[in-house]
Amino acid sequence: MAQAYSPGLTVTKSIVLRKDRILPLKGKVLAKKGDKVKAEDVVAETLLPGKVVPFNLANKLGVTPNLVEQYLKVKPGDEIKKGQIMAETNGLFGFFKTSVKAPLDGEVENISKITGQMLLREPRIPIQVKAFIDGVVVEVVEEEGVIIENKSAYIQGIFGLSGERSGEIKVLASTNEEIIDPSKIDDSCKDKIIVCGALVSYDAIKKAQQVGVAGIISGGIDDKDLKKLLGYNIGVAITGHEEIGLSIVITEGFGIIKMAKSCFELLKSFEGHKASIHGITQIRAGVMRPEIIIPIEFKEDELKAEEAKMATLEIGTTIRVIRQPNFGLIGKVTGLPEKLTKVESETMVRILEAELENGEKVTIPRANVEVIEG
Amino acid sequence: MGNTQKLKRIIATDCGSTTTKSILIEYVDGEYRQTVRGEAPTTVEKPLNDVTRGVVNAVTELEELARLKYNDDSIKFIKDEAIWLSEKENEGVDAYVSTSSAGGGLQMMVTGVVAKMTGESAERAALGAGAIVMDLIASNDKRANYEKIERIRQLRPDMILMAGGVDGGTTKHVAELAELVGAADPKPRLGSSYKLPVIYAGNTAAQDIIKETLENKTDLILTENLRPTLERENLGPARDKIHDLFMEHVMAQAPGYNKLMSWTKGPINGKLTNIPIMPTPAAVGNIMQTIAKINDIEVLGVDIGGATTDVFSVFSEDKVFNRTVSANLGMSYSISNVLATAGLKNILRWVPFDIDESELLNMIKNKMIRPTTIPQKLEELILEQAIAKEALKYAFIQHKEFAVGLKGGQKKREIADAFAQTVSGESIVNMMTLDLLVGSGGVMSHAPRRNQSVMMMIDAFLPEGITRLAVDSIFMMPQLGVLAEISEKAATEVFEKDCLIYLGSCVAPVGAMKPGKIALSAKLELPNGEIFEEEIPFGEVRLIPCGVGEVAKATMKPGKGLDIGAGKNQEKSCELHGGVVGIVLDTRGRQPFVLPVEASERVPLLKKWMKEFDVYPETKQ
Repeated sequence: MAQAYSPGLTVTKSIVLRKDRILPLKGKVLAKKGDKVKAEDVVAETLLPGKVVPFNLANKLGVTPNLVEQYLKVKPGDEIKKGQIMAETNGLFGFFKTSVKAPLDGEVENISKITGQMLLREPRIPIQVKAFIDGVVVEVVEEEGVIIENKSAYIQGIFGLSGERSGEIKVLASTNEEIIDPSKIDDSCKDKIIVCGALVSYDAIKKAQQVGVAGIISGGIDDKDLKKLLGYNIGVAITGHEEIGLSIVITEGFGIIKMAKSCFELLKSFEGHKASIHGITQIRAGVMRPEIIIPIEFKEDELKAEEAKMATLEIGTTIRVIRQPNFGLIGKVTGLPEKLTKVESETMVRILEAELENGEKVTIPRANVEVIEG
Repeated sequence: MGNTQKLKRIIATDCGSTTTKSILIEYVDGEYRQTVRGEAPTTVEKPLNDVTRGVVNAVTELEELARLKYNDDSIKFIKDEAIWLSEKENEGVDAYVSTSSAGGGLQMMVTGVVAKMTGESAERAALGAGAIVMDLIASNDKRANYEKIERIRQLRPDMILMAGGVDGGTTKHVAELAELVGAADPKPRLGSSYKLPVIYAGNTAAQDIIKETLENKTDLILTENLRPTLERENLGPARDKIHDLFMEHVMAQAPGYNKLMSWTKGPINGKLTNIPIMPTPAAVGNIMQTIAKINDIEVLGVDIGGATTDVFSVFSEDKVFNRTVSANLGMSYSISNVLATAGLKNILRWVPFDIDESELLNMIKNKMIRPTTIPQKLEELILEQAIAKEALKYAFIQHKEFAVGLKGGQKKREIADAFAQTVSGESIVNMMTLDLLVGSGGVMSHAPRRNQSVMMMIDAFLPEGITRLAVDSIFMMPQLGVLAEISEKAATEVFEKDCLIYLGSCVAPVGAMKPGKIALSAKLELPNGEIFEEEIPFGEVRLIPCGVGEVAKATMKPGKGLDIGAGKNQEKSCELHGGVVGIVLDTRGRQPFVLPVEASERVPLLKKWMKEFDVYPETKQ
């Protein structure tokens, strides 16, 4: 069966997860194979090279580049302290020497005979990689990081903001359709990951920032609110670097869209559990979607990742409509005609017939649905 | 071609960032024809993380449709979850080729000494090879050296192309650029297990210095200078090196590509040989240049994709080829950026009904995060096409700014120069001399009515004088571009018969006048004997049916002060080619083309034009 539809985002009670926790540059791995780690634990660290500062030595000495070498007091690789003399001319009878002092603490990277330029490097910057999820280290990638596995309840979001955070789940919405009032977000939400229903408004996000919420999970968000929050319009969907003090995961899309029931129920059943979330989204060049990871109890022999498979579209399959009309509604496939069919916009497409949750019978382009597993 | 006998069934795919498109080409009754097509979502995304899954899905659709078409259940293209290449008669397929732009395509950074000279040449070489140029670093680009180093380090390109200096010129500036690249110690985008490829195509006298600076830190490749003198560009060798490296490094790192690379094979001299996967835009460029040369015409082509919009042109007597990529103008991943670039007002100026602003903004963002969906409602189609017009407009503006004569050269003044479009630094894009405008990409090729493609192309590009319009029927230019590598005959035959769909011609007088005044007096003798004759006032559109392969004899006189190609006020007699849509006489004005700002004035005009173009069902016009 050809699959002219989107593979749905994963929403599952239990999945074996594998997470690569790798440094951007080689460094030191702090965990061993078999270690049980917590989300907050540092598993690897390294020193990022400091900023490179070009320094025109030939100019400062007042000589041509090819002569620089004979006046040097340092060589590539040397550590330097601010104020230290790096080069000095002989002067006239020992007088009128020109000496050049180091402008910073750091290291000499390179000295060029051709351009007379020195490249100095500022001190290294330490960075750490945390485990992000509670789990077991199943593999150590030498000098780079670790691979952690666990068993989790797992939800993929469609869009998100800001990086990795963890906290306890607290469901604020009473139904998946509710639009929560900012007043519901109070001090009891501090450090928690709060679950809203069909929309999280600008005011609600602001309130969440004030009380110190760790993360927000919502069905929808309004584009205007997003722009107001960030102060700019997102041109291409590459997010995750926003410094807004909390992470946001949107499960359905833009506008008021009730959270998929399966997703809402799952979150509700894990109220009070610790979860790890991130809003990192990239829809180009190595797609990344936001994730909600809720670790569950497991025995180590259960850690066997299943092979990824694409859910099939068949009669009886549960689907979700992902474009207007009926955006967000759930239905069951009742027919899969092979022939191309003309829809309202006059586009000729492969369609499917479905009965929606409200009882309505509709035809929808296959490209406008996603399969919901289970 | 000697291997015609061997090539009876060919499968070609194009793995785009959204969709993997497959076509079947068959040798039927002595000619090559494209017979069946299929598509499926591209699967570089989790959970599949393997591009070949999407390829298998798209080819499975081909298989199903071929079975239906020939009522033959034994047709089989897939065996053991791979494309079945068989040297036996009537079994599997004889060749499989593919292009790819998935995973963001080929992303490069280029360097040059002077941004507008060697820098621009390096950019042209990279773009011509099918890359997206992430940044141009030049000695004179006004950024401080430490900023350049930071930028190189942040970018993480797939490869770097370094140019700079004419042969025998000073080496100091290129040496300095190499030092900056070396200091940044850049890492490749995909994986850190290999060194970043750097191609040096600058002053040959500096090669040793470059080697000394970069050989240990990068995977350095030296090639001929791409700007040996200020008056000459030599882009070929650098482009070839980019293609080699694209295969060896970039493709090999993307999920599933190693497998895909082992599948693309075809018979060359009777032997099944590996056919490299080509970057999609490079393949489109191949086919565009072929058309321009074979027919001796000036061609402008556009490919509007989900993430990027590419514009290709072949202009002037020397058939100068230019390509630009507007990396962040597209109809799905980058749709939100079209809004940011053009502004809501510019998009809405093409929309003949009221829409709630929030609703539109949310719709655009939802398309961005669910890029494979298609407009089911008519209203959403009209909005997407309005967005497409603005995306095309901005991509074309960028192209015109880039497609210029070489800058910095000594100009020998000859009488011919007074007429040629090669004045240093001036755009060589001339809409008046343009012969053929080709649109492709989902929004154009898949528009429910061809009239919509005509309207989008005319409104976005504003062709002047007489211009023939065509679309790539199902966007198969990329596949044909790579197919030409094994069989030029198959590629050109399919191109002529199945790929281009001629839409018709557009006649547009250049200049402006008051509404109501006569802008064009036209007399068209149509092939069925009918005569169209009208004095068309300024601000109107006429669509005259004239079919594919048909020609109308036209005598046209522009209104006072206007020009249709023969000079101001000059009458022109010529043949106008028909097409599936027909001949458009457009007197809405050029240079400038103006839309009224007030909705009360603009909407009735839009409705009138849309009705004349017959673009949408009556309800929305």
